[in-house]
Amino acid sequence: MALRGNLRDFTVTQLLNLINLAHKTGTLVIEGPGEAARVAFRLGKLAYAQVGQEDNRLASVLHRANKLTTGQLRAIQTRAMQVSDKELGLLLINAGYLTQDDILNSLQSYFTDVVRRLFTWVEGSFRFENELLPPEDRITVRLDLENLIIEGARQLREWEQLQDEIPSLEMALKFIERPGTNIQKMNLSVEEWRVVSFINPRNTILQIAAAAKMSDLEIRRIVYGLLQAGLVEVIRPDGGLATAERVRPQVIVQNREEQKSLVNRLITRIRSI
Amino acid sequence: MQTVKMVVTGPFSAGKTEFIRSVSEIDVVSTERKITASGERAIKNATTVAMDFGRITVDEDLVLYLFGTPGQKRFDFMWEILSEGMLGFIVMVDSSRPETFREARSILETFRAYAPTPYVVAANKQDVTDAWEIEDIRHALRLDGKVKLLPCVANDKTTVKNILLELLYSILAEMDGGDK
Repeated sequence: MALRGNLRDFTVTQLLNLINLAHKTGTLVIEGPGEAARVAFRLGKLAYAQVGQEDNRLASVLHRANKLTTGQLRAIQTRAMQVSDKELGLLLINAGYLTQDDILNSLQSYFTDVVRRLFTWVEGSFRFENELLPPEDRITVRLDLENLIIEGARQLREWEQLQDEIPSLEMALKFIERPGTNIQKMNLSVEEWRVVSFINPRNTILQIAAAAKMSDLEIRRIVYGLLQAGLVEVIRPDGGLATAERVRPQVIVQNREEQKSLVNRLITRIRSI
Repeated sequence: MQTVKMVVTGPFSAGKTEFIRSVSEIDVVSTERKITASGERAIKNATTVAMDFGRITVDEDLVLYLFGTPGQKRFDFMWEILSEGMLGFIVMVDSSRPETFREARSILETFRAYAPTPYVVAANKQDVTDAWEIEDIRHALRLDGKVKLLPCVANDKTTVKNILLELLYSILAEMDGGDK
């Protein structure tokens, strides 16, 4: 029977476990909410991975791994487009630029990273194409799945805990009135700032996630961090925008007189500082 | 509870963090990270990675947030996000570093393109010996005579208050203009 189903019923970690135990050979195709991924296995070991339209040709992978400079990548992409990954790998090794280990380690690291990203996919469908492997000209690896499965299981536990901590994404966030004294030492990532810039009692967490282009897991992780840091609190949304409406931070439509009154209140307050 | 925001922008090391810190009622949340570019290191040991954030509570129903933008060009992807829904913005320029004036002008134009809201330009570090005169800065930045270019010392609350007030007066004037 074909191995196919829904990620809600069967997680990516469970799929990897099955492929590992059954020593399967073929390609797992996952259709996520925004993009698709193809992960190939040979006898239960990770061989190859690709997500969406991301360039996973050898030259790009080596560039991401800082094994090739931007100039070298550009030269390869303009002059050696017809050269297959295997041929390019041999050329680089023979020319003394890189070793075989450099190439295999870079590919392993990239493929592993793709699989790690799939752990955050909780919506979508999957199917396993038996015996389907990547094109012959691509370099494949042989990577045991056990560590990845453990990592995936950890993320799954984290996901379950985050669901307990933040059961509904239909709630809104509000900055705490009197944050703790240690707030000055707080370091936020760019992603956290992206969320912070959308915090408003009128915006639900779900709307913020959509505006910041984050998955459920990513937004829950960031909101949980902000909650733990004492920067925000969860409240019922104020006003209740329609879910599909584009989130706009801080902006509230008013008539001209209300706007003037608001600005005058601000002026009075600033004068009193 | 209604929240409004103003954005404080300007080149690297113009004094945005200090400006917000002078009037914010909460400790400014800023993401300071050690910088790597040697040219930048010569000026400042750490710089704002994403942005600064300060707050002024007006009353029970109204809060003003001040968002500072990252000064370094490589973080400019945050600018458009920050400019959404802003009441107005302040462009800060270091009066003693003319080499940053061109960038200040470019930032000003970028923000004007994102949102045609009122703005003022704050000529910071006017207390420094090498500071350029206000009118010289106006010429260097090619600012129209109608644009408010105000002297500023970012750690002096009085000048910071004055700049915020001037921006609010501009916002009010634009609203009045819209009524006519």
